[in-house]
Amino acid sequence: MTRVLLPLPVVLPLLAAGLSIALGRHRQLQRLMSVLTLAAVACIAGVLLRIADTTGPAVVQLGGWAAPAGISLVADRLSALLLLVSALVLLAVLLYAIGQGTADGRRSAVAVFHPCYLVLAAGIAMAFLTGDLFNLFVAFEVMLVASYVLITLDGGAAQVRAGMTYVVVSLLASVLFVTAIGLVYAATGTVNMADAAVRLADVPEGVRLVLGLVLMVVFGIKAAVFPLFSWLPDSYPTAPSPVTAVFAGLLTKVGVYALLRTQTLLFPDSRVLSQVLLALAVLTMVVGILGALVQDDLKRLLSFTVVSHIGYMLFGLGLATAAGLAGAILYTVHHIVVQTTLFLVAGLVERRTGTSSLQRSGGLQHVAPVLAVLYLLPALSLAGIPPLSGFLAKLGLLQAGVADGRPLAATAVVAAIATSLLTLYAVGRAWSEVFWGPVAAVVPDADRSDGVDVATARTPRLMTGAAVTAVVGGLALTVVAGPLYGLTARAAEDLVTPDRYVQVVLR
Amino acid sequence: MTGNIVLALLTGLLYTVGTYLLLQRTLVRIVIGLGLLGHGANLLLLQSGGPPGIAPFSGAPGLAGDGVADPLPQAMVLTAVVITFAVSAFLLALAYRSWVLTGDDEVQDDVEDARVAQARPHPHAHAAWEEEL
Repeated sequence: MTRVLLPLPVVLPLLAAGLSIALGRHRQLQRLMSVLTLAAVACIAGVLLRIADTTGPAVVQLGGWAAPAGISLVADRLSALLLLVSALVLLAVLLYAIGQGTADGRRSAVAVFHPCYLVLAAGIAMAFLTGDLFNLFVAFEVMLVASYVLITLDGGAAQVRAGMTYVVVSLLASVLFVTAIGLVYAATGTVNMADAAVRLADVPEGVRLVLGLVLMVVFGIKAAVFPLFSWLPDSYPTAPSPVTAVFAGLLTKVGVYALLRTQTLLFPDSRVLSQVLLALAVLTMVVGILGALVQDDLKRLLSFTVVSHIGYMLFGLGLATAAGLAGAILYTVHHIVVQTTLFLVAGLVERRTGTSSLQRSGGLQHVAPVLAVLYLLPALSLAGIPPLSGFLAKLGLLQAGVADGRPLAATAVVAAIATSLLTLYAVGRAWSEVFWGPVAAVVPDADRSDGVDVATARTPRLMTGAAVTAVVGGLALTVVAGPLYGLTARAAEDLVTPDRYVQVVLR
Repeated sequence: MTGNIVLALLTGLLYTVGTYLLLQRTLVRIVIGLGLLGHGANLLLLQSGGPPGIAPFSGAPGLAGDGVADPLPQAMVLTAVVITFAVSAFLLALAYRSWVLTGDDEVQDDVEDARVAQARPHPHAHAAWEEEL
């Protein structure tokens, strides 16, 4: 059964994207198809997770070519878990976008949103499932090409300027990725990750270190790691809210996933890389959150918290122990859900007040009390207030960090706690400026691109509904925290003992 | 593995010139720079397959022996070339759109960035700071 199921999360959205272009004039049909496709992907991801958790990694060799020559798709616990979470988040954001009307492409004659969104979903699924380095590059490109269109969807001056930065930086990362693949192939003669893991053992230590560092730079750009993060807060906030939400939640996490996969599989016991990752984790956490503190724009503030919290995942990866990786995976799941939710709510706020500037808004809780709660819950979770999921994930990471004992790990523990407090300050300040105080007069931004008349527009129920669902999903992470932590611990166990993965792929 | 010194030098040259052009402010230069960088990367990938050899056709005479070119990097380069081509076309369209909108070919500064850099401290924060002093 896995032979049929495993390629479907990639194939289904791609087919649907093609059909979606053909159905450009039938908006209702297009929407229905996108929703059904992503729902189907979520179901398949659930089944794959169950298979991976009970019977071990599921593997399919595409085209029937055996592993080192052909392309393998692999769903182990880590891939399947992230695939499931991504599919659910993609679905929630799609409903939100349909509610908002971004999906209808107000300005363009053809509704390009749905096809691009589906291609994006296919790229993300492919990145999670592939067991081949070059295929990972193709997955990144599929994902990025869709994201280029989505980020410049409105085609206004601000979007083009931000999109330019985004495209150039992504393209540079892609060139570096091709370079890295060339170097890996020259050193090992393979691009299959399982095969490369075996052959890298015979490669000299210095060459291995270079390969590890080049791959780290490539995925570091995608994941917005210090000092390669400056493109993110520059480009994300100008996109339409649902697009920003899905980018912030998922695209950087695909980079984090690639780091997790390559560092644990290809360079399992490199002390140097581990130290570098820990140092980068500290800098990413601290610099990111310091950037968030001074922002006046809600979406930019949230973008900086994305950067900052990537540091937590690097922290877990840098520890390179089962406990550290379990914490990193749990943190990734938590952050995908919570960060996406925050951007969705920020979109609701912007829709209500016409601006995302903190200074020019205020007192929204008198007008929209529900919105105040919807923002507060994920914000507190992001800062790590018990018993929300952010607290549990941070607790796991801190325990692993304290148990590690290296000075750098201890530094990272301190930085993580400080960042957590500063996050509370940053998101709390945003809450009090937007929701607290006297009701501010509505002064919409002059360069608003969505064309919504703030004074008369009502927030569509579907938008609020999708945001509520996302908030409830974030709370549900706390409810299922026990089994979820068990699952991430088993996934981390797989990562520290990559032999099983290698055997299953190369069999 | 034997290498070809001319190809190696050419790869280095493409990376150098590409990096230089990427650091310019004019969009067209950035696009050309990225194109050159892409060529450099593809050339590197091509060289990773080892020395050139006879065509690796299935069933061709002499296929089992040495001297057959490694087909995998060539296939990968082909994929990478197509992707770079498509993205460059998109980038050019974006550069044109930017020129239509702003009448300029230069990368614009981020307005919000400049605003944050110039922003004065919050009046209340300032007062509290002076009280502490």
